[in-house]
Amino acid sequence: MKAMISAFVVALAIAFAAPSVLNEFGWSAAEKGSSATSVRLN
Amino acid sequence: MNFKAVTAALLLVASLFNTSWANETAPVVDRTSTGGAQTLEDIMARQAQLNVDERFRSENIGDPSRAKAITEQLGTNGGASDSEVYRAIRYNEIDPSLQQRGPAAEVLIQDAGMPWYKLREGPVITYGGGALLGIIGLLIVFYFVRGRIMIDGGPAGTTIERFKAIERFGHWLLAGSFIALGVTGLLVLMGRKFLIPVIGPEAFATLAAGSKFIHNNIAWAFMIGLVMTFFMWVAHNIPNKLDIKWLLAGGGIFTKSHPSAKKFNAGQKIIFWTVMIMGFSVSLSGLSLLFPFELPMFAKTFALINSVAGTDLPTVLLPHEEMQYANIWHSIVAFVMMLAIIAHIYIGSVGMEGAFDAMGNGQVDLEWARQHHDLWVAEVEAKQGKGGSS
Repeated sequence: MKAMISAFVVALAIAFAAPSVLNEFGWSAAEKGSSATSVRLN
Repeated sequence: MNFKAVTAALLLVASLFNTSWANETAPVVDRTSTGGAQTLEDIMARQAQLNVDERFRSENIGDPSRAKAITEQLGTNGGASDSEVYRAIRYNEIDPSLQQRGPAAEVLIQDAGMPWYKLREGPVITYGGGALLGIIGLLIVFYFVRGRIMIDGGPAGTTIERFKAIERFGHWLLAGSFIALGVTGLLVLMGRKFLIPVIGPEAFATLAAGSKFIHNNIAWAFMIGLVMTFFMWVAHNIPNKLDIKWLLAGGGIFTKSHPSAKKFNAGQKIIFWTVMIMGFSVSLSGLSLLFPFELPMFAKTFALINSVAGTDLPTVLLPHEEMQYANIWHSIVAFVMMLAIIAHIYIGSVGMEGAFDAMGNGQVDLEWARQHHDLWVAEVEAKQGKGGSS
């Protein structure tokens, strides 16, 4: 069961690390175009 | 088998499917109240995928003889209002120049959005969701008809190592991320239709945003798991003559026999290649969706299919059309994978005594292994006899 739990933890770690890692390479996907950063109402 | 019962069941299933996406001709609309311009009925008819006679729009694109003097208001438009100019763009009657640059910036109007939306909300959800419910129902029926596949004569009490820790890690990296992708994908695909009426738009917005984050980012774990398991197991999954015998015996599921198998039987090989081929395809379409307009692949794929199969698929696609094809293909492939994986989960857990241990702690009962993978056990024992390992 250790292999299973560690695989799930690694999968989550990859998921949470992915946006910042991709951003380092200029490949921002998930955060690209988010309304908080790209939309200015003023 | 009772033919009438089968026919009745098929008719029942067919009646469940919504056929509102089928194309029909729209009723004639009276446009006198709008002076000939389109009405709400026209818009609703197009959204309902009805065939609308578009000439009232496509031929209404301005008239140069109507142009006002250049000094007058809108005189620079040259006889066409903004609406008429955009209608001309929609029907490719003019070729405008643009200052904006980018893969999708030159597409001012793209008409395929509504057919894509209707396809996604109609057949994809209906048939995909119906197939998921169908396979779950079939497995429940199968469980009660066939029962759990037990170890004949009971467990031996001694175990043999079936999968090493790295193999189990790769399997669960792939499986865990796939389940997360499946659940979040279904939430994003079906939530608007089934969850918003239940939990409301605010709660669903939070759920959808979280699902999108997980779906977009755990995809990398899926791809790593896919590559890991491919290289670890491809050598054991090459089809051979033994697989034909295994398949002809139905894997022994119905006859309660135990056809010979090496490390992976033919059923497992089918799952392996389904996951590898479709996993690769769903990853490609997923990457295309993850990086919008950067990885168009359908026009080239259609050209390849045309050259091989002599078909007449479109080979010139707008950037948005590429995304729409990627989205639909991503959903269809994912549904097929989910069907296969649900069956795989069943047989690897409640469906067969002793099967989960293979991916649980890696140690399976020796008698289970002899009954389901006799040739593999013989290989392992021969290697151990020579001082090797599995």
